[in-house]
Amino acid sequence: MTTKPSFSSRISGTMKKYAPQMILIFLVVLFSIMSPNFMTFNNIRLLIRQVSFVAISAVGLMFVMIGGGIDLSIGSQIILTNIVLSIMMVDWHVPLLIAIPLTLVLGTILGIINGILCIKLKIHPLIITLGTASIYKGVGYIIASSRNIMGFPDIFRFFGQGYIGPMPVPIIIMIIVALIGNFILVRTYFGRYTFAMGGNEEAARLAGVNTNRMKVTLFAICGFISAITSVLLLSRVFAGQVSTGAGIEFDCLTAALLGGVSFKGGEGTIFGLITGVLIIGVLNNAMQLASFPDFSQSVVKGVVLLAAVGFDTYQKNRKAKETIARVTA
Amino acid sequence: MNTKVVLSLKDLTKRYPGVLALNHVSFDLLEGEVHALLGENGAGKSTLIKAVAGAIDLDGGIITVDGQDYSKMTPHLSRSLGIEVIYQEFNLVPALSVAENIFLGDRTGRSPLVDFKTMKSKAREIFKLFNVDINPNTLVQDLSPAMQQVVEIAKAVSKNVKILIMDEPSAPLSVSEVENMFEIIRHLKQKGVTVIYISHRLEEVFKISDRVTVMRDGQYVATRLTKDTNRKELISLMVGRELKESYPSRSNPPGEIALEVKNLSGNGDKDISFSVRKGEILGISGLVGAGRTELAMLLFGAVPIEGGEIWVEGKPVQIQSPQDAIQQGIGLLTEDRKGQGLFLEMGVGWNISFPIVRKLSKYGIVDTKTENEIAEKYKQRINIKTPSLTQRVINLSGGNQQKVVLAKSLAAESDILIFDEPTRGIDVGAKQEIYNLMRELANNGIAILMISSDMEELLGMSDRIIVLCEGRMAGEVNKEQFSQDYILDLASGEH
Repeated sequence: MTTKPSFSSRISGTMKKYAPQMILIFLVVLFSIMSPNFMTFNNIRLLIRQVSFVAISAVGLMFVMIGGGIDLSIGSQIILTNIVLSIMMVDWHVPLLIAIPLTLVLGTILGIINGILCIKLKIHPLIITLGTASIYKGVGYIIASSRNIMGFPDIFRFFGQGYIGPMPVPIIIMIIVALIGNFILVRTYFGRYTFAMGGNEEAARLAGVNTNRMKVTLFAICGFISAITSVLLLSRVFAGQVSTGAGIEFDCLTAALLGGVSFKGGEGTIFGLITGVLIIGVLNNAMQLASFPDFSQSVVKGVVLLAAVGFDTYQKNRKAKETIARVTA
Repeated sequence: MNTKVVLSLKDLTKRYPGVLALNHVSFDLLEGEVHALLGENGAGKSTLIKAVAGAIDLDGGIITVDGQDYSKMTPHLSRSLGIEVIYQEFNLVPALSVAENIFLGDRTGRSPLVDFKTMKSKAREIFKLFNVDINPNTLVQDLSPAMQQVVEIAKAVSKNVKILIMDEPSAPLSVSEVENMFEIIRHLKQKGVTVIYISHRLEEVFKISDRVTVMRDGQYVATRLTKDTNRKELISLMVGRELKESYPSRSNPPGEIALEVKNLSGNGDKDISFSVRKGEILGISGLVGAGRTELAMLLFGAVPIEGGEIWVEGKPVQIQSPQDAIQQGIGLLTEDRKGQGLFLEMGVGWNISFPIVRKLSKYGIVDTKTENEIAEKYKQRINIKTPSLTQRVINLSGGNQQKVVLAKSLAAESDILIFDEPTRGIDVGAKQEIYNLMRELANNGIAILMISSDMEELLGMSDRIIVLCEGRMAGEVNKEQFSQDYILDLASGEH
């Protein structure tokens, strides 16, 4: 049953495996030719900083997705933690070094709430987080009471606007989060369990994995990472507003799907995810350079998403058919 | 017997990358015969029926139905010619009623609305014909697998089936249910329906079929009149050499009691008591629905225990989750290996080491070197045929998948192993290997519980058998008293 794959099937195998990367390279080459301003150090740095916030949250979402879940409340978690952090720092004058860790704890708790609701109510995470998204956002609006909270200490600018050497801080944090995420997924038993949860939850349970605890932990990780994004975004915007972070989960989801993270769970890599984020970044940036109107950018993003995921699914179906036929033949 | 040829296959050929799944296969089917199709996994049976059903495109060959030649078959065409297939996985909609399932996709009347009345009365007619009592209003999800299968057959009959193909129909059924199904098949046969019957169980082939065709490695091997052949010949045709399933027997006396269950209740089972010793294979018999798998799940902590005690090595233990069971050295090889036992998209090594990756980790980081050594050790020890440890499990044959499940439990170093239908759906050669392994494990002091619907296998392998009936203990049978009739009597509650 094992035969050497032919040359052409090896090529198409590579194509499939690195499809997101190929799309990215294609876009970069295309835009470099189209616009001389695209491939400059400053522009690329700008581009990556623009997407770094999405990239960080997407790592959290990816943990939940590989584990077979989904979190639609990321944006709302950011809204809530953003407002709470603003109030702590501006109204209550809580020092930065206490306020930020507290925010991270709050984010983790929001994630834990998602996880506990999932295991207690036994409803699909999509519905749970749709519900909590509405709740978190609502609470954020209530405690913000339509204020625009301002008056942060200047040092707080560092996280979202600062540089270490030539590198913007958000990019550095993005790299750290991605590396740690990758390490956990690839090297630790927790990573194995995460893939197992999404691959076959019942088999994981019967192999001795505490699946309920896993679910809560994965949502907690997502909440914790969302809170990191929240801190960075607040530092960048430098004003506590309820619009910060709204809808970011859809960008994260788009990036994850573009990067080959499976919606069904059990599949995904940080490498793919970052590629997906960069594809979005390149599209946004290039279309801004070419001064495309906002709405047409949205159209292009949608088309690229459907094309990429459609291609991937088509490949998989074909492969699955061949595999099934081979196995049952 | 009728000698009119209804379906003739000529030179059917199907190529998949690297494999010739069908290699110029030719044979004829006669009207009103039950034609058994035999072959090991990978022999091409499934590809063949898919070709006839139009589910795949052929690379060559001609299918002749009622004298009409077709080089290209489509699902629609196949159906319109009266060919129906009942696959191993049923094609029923669980949330719809029996009647709705039977007439799914058909319009029973001229009205654009669903004509429930006609549908139900037609369904009742068919069931009357079969001599079974199923209410057409029942939802399919509330039926037992056996009854669901009857619905599948009824569905085929409602479409004026001429050629009915059944792929491993007896797999989910108990002995008495198989007998009922045979009744229905005999009935269809009298009405002139041709049945292609695929099964791994040779005794069924002898019971029901008129002729039998054997395939091997995608090729047609031979067709025999069932009454002129025997078990030995068929097996040697299937594997291409002489092979006898043999049940290795115990070499040393059983040791101390490894597991004792006292008045255990839960998951539909009540008041179950038994014990199993180290080195012993305890068979668990019963009809489908007797609570055998339920008992396995209970022992393994997969469902809550409602009463009674479990003792391991002379000490009472609390088993509230699979983790607890694994901690106590209990391993479970589930009946549903794809659904509960394996991570199909993951590699062989990944699967084998999964239950122990946590133990193999230091500061949470998996020691992949040791992991690979262990996976390699068990791969070799039980002879899993895979090109590499990274090969995804989904690409392995059923027998090798089952071995991966076994390797998982072995890697976890279980002292008590529960095998739930260990040889379901795997071929003769792999079966023998599993039998040998089970006995070898027992001889090394492992206590084994074996659930099986295959009576021959159960009698052959077990040192002792307990029989369940409707969730209760119906009896315990020692080796000297082993007889199929006696156990069946117990299982059907006649003692």
